Amino acid sequence: MSAPALSTRQLSKSFGSLVVARDIALELPVGARYALVGPNGAGKTTLINLMTGILTPNAGQIFLGENDITDLAPEQRVRRGLARTFQINTLFAGLNALEAVTLVVCERRGLSREFWRNVAAHKEAIDEAHDILVKLRLGEACYQATRELPYGRQRLLEIALALATRPKVLLLDEPAAGVPPEESGDIFEVVAGLSADLALLFIEHDMHVVFRFATQIIVMVGGAVFAEGSPAEIAAHPGVREVYLGTRQHA
Amino acid sequence: MPVMAQIGAAPVSYLKAQTRWGAIETLFWLATLLPFYFLPDYLQLASQIAITALFALSLDLILGYAGIVSLGHAAFFGTGAYAAGLFSKFVWGEPLTGLIVGAIVTALVGYAISFIIARFRHFALIMLTLGIGLLLGAAANSASWLTGGSDGLQGVNIWPLLGRFKWDLYGYTAYGYSLVVLFVLFLFARRVIHSPFGLALRGIRENALRMAAIGAPSRAHIRTVYTISAALAGAAGALIAQTTQTVALDSLGFERSAEVLIMVVLGGPGRLYGGLVGALVFMTARDQFSGIEPQYWYFWIGLLLVAVVMFLPNGILGGLSRFLAHWRAK
Repeated sequence: MSAPALSTRQLSKSFGSLVVARDIALELPVGARYALVGPNGAGKTTLINLMTGILTPNAGQIFLGENDITDLAPEQRVRRGLARTFQINTLFAGLNALEAVTLVVCERRGLSREFWRNVAAHKEAIDEAHDILVKLRLGEACYQATRELPYGRQRLLEIALALATRPKVLLLDEPAAGVPPEESGDIFEVVAGLSADLALLFIEHDMHVVFRFATQIIVMVGGAVFAEGSPAEIAAHPGVREVYLGTRQHA
Repeated sequence: MPVMAQIGAAPVSYLKAQTRWGAIETLFWLATLLPFYFLPDYLQLASQIAITALFALSLDLILGYAGIVSLGHAAFFGTGAYAAGLFSKFVWGEPLTGLIVGAIVTALVGYAISFIIARFRHFALIMLTLGIGLLLGAAANSASWLTGGSDGLQGVNIWPLLGRFKWDLYGYTAYGYSLVVLFVLFLFARRVIHSPFGLALRGIRENALRMAAIGAPSRAHIRTVYTISAALAGAAGALIAQTTQTVALDSLGFERSAEVLIMVVLGGPGRLYGGLVGALVFMTARDQFSGIEPQYWYFWIGLLLVAVVMFLPNGILGGLSRFLAHWRAK
C-alpha cells in the first residue's frame, strides 16, 4: 500500500479565539475524486489555504506523498506537485490563454530565467501548453485575451493554469462558481476526464454535481471534519442531512 | 506591434509572429536619422532626447512589464552619470569603456537595492523608491569633494569616440553616439521582453498572487529585471555625462524621476516604444514651450498629462493602436 498523495495530521488554525481548522486529519489517495462540502464559513477554503501554504497552521502537519511539506513556501509546494485553483478568477487578464499556459509551462521547465532567447524558440513548451488547452476545450479560444473570454471559459482556464504545473494533487476551489447550473456539468465533465493518476479534491455546493462526480465526500462544519464517506454513506448519514442538506433546502 | 489575431495558426508561429520586426519599426528607426539632414541645428537636443528615451525605456521595463512603480529612478541615471564622469576624470577617458563602467556600477547598485524592492508592492514601493532616490541625491550633494556638489562635476574629459570622432559643437558625434547606444540597448530590451523571462514579468504585472500559485519565483524575477533596468538607466546617465562633459546634481534629482515617469505614462507603458515616444513628445514640448514662457511650461505638461491619463489610459501609443484597429476594421 503506497502513501496517500496528500494527507494532513491534526491540522489546526485559529485567528484569536476563532477556530477555523480543528484537528483535521485527511488522506487523499492517488487518483482520488474527493468532494469537500459544508455550509458557508465551515473552513473549506481555509483548509485549501493551509494545504497550499497561504496560511501557516498553528499545529499539525501536511504530507505530500511521504514528505512533510508543512514548512515549505507555497511556490516550493507547487514545484513538488501540489496545485490549486481559485474560487474567484485569479488569471492573467492581459495575456491570452496560450501565453498564460506557456508561462506556467516555462516556469515548471525552469526556462523562465532565460532572457536572451525568444519564447517561440521553445517549441516543446508551447506545444505542451497548447495540448493542455485543447484537452480543456480551450483550443479555439487560446488567442483571445483572457479578459475577453466568456466566463465559463475563464473557469476552465483556471484549471488549465493549475494543470500546467503538472500536479500530483489538484485542489479545486469551487471550479464552477458563478457558472449557470446548466453549464457547470460541462466543467465537471472536463474535471472528471483528468488523468487517473491525479488526486483531486474539489469544493462544491451543488449536491447533484457532488453526488455525480465524487467517489468520496468530506463534510466540514465549524472548522472540523463532521463526516466522511462514500456518496451513499453521506446521503444516508442522519447528521449530515440535518446540518447540511437540511439547511440547503430553503436556500 | 500588435498582430491581428490569427485563428487556426499553429501556436509556435503565432507566438513568433507576435515578436516579428514590423515595417512601422523600420520606419521609426529610419526617422531617427532625419535630424542629421534636416535639423542639424537641433542635434544637441536630439542627443538629449535619445538619452532620455533610453532612460524612459529602462523605466518601462520595470513599470510597463513587471508593474513596479518607481518614483526614484533618477537614482540610477545619476549613479551612471557620476560613475562615468568620475571614471573619465580619474582613470581613463575612452567613452565606450566609460559607458560600460557606468552601466556596470549602476547594475551593482540596482542589484543591491533590488533585494528591498522585490519584497514590496504598490504604495510601499512608491515610498521606498522615492526615499532611495532622495537618499542618493543627498549623498551626492554632501560628497561635494568628489562630485562637485551643486556646482556639478567638473573636469570630465572624454576622448574622441573610437579615437576618431571629436565632440563637435553641433552635436553630430553626440547624437550619432547616443542614437547607436539607444538602438543597441533597445534591441537588447526587445529581446528580454520577448523571452520566457519577459513572459514571466508580464505574469507578475497581471497577477502576482497567481504567480505564487503556479510556483513562480517572482522575487528572483523582480531582482533580475530591476538590475537590468538599473543598468540601462546607468548607461543613459553615462551618455549624458559623456556628451555634455559634466554631471549636474539634478541628474539624481526627484524632478528627473518624476519626469521620466510622466514620459512613460504619456507614451504608453508596456509597449517598448512608449518611453521613446514619451521622451520625444516631452522633450520637444519642453523645448518649444520654454521658448515662450519658461516658468510656466509645467502648466502645459500637466495639462497634457491629465488629458492623456483621462482619455488615453494606455498612453499615446495605446490611443494610436486603438485608432488604427478601428480604421482597419472599416
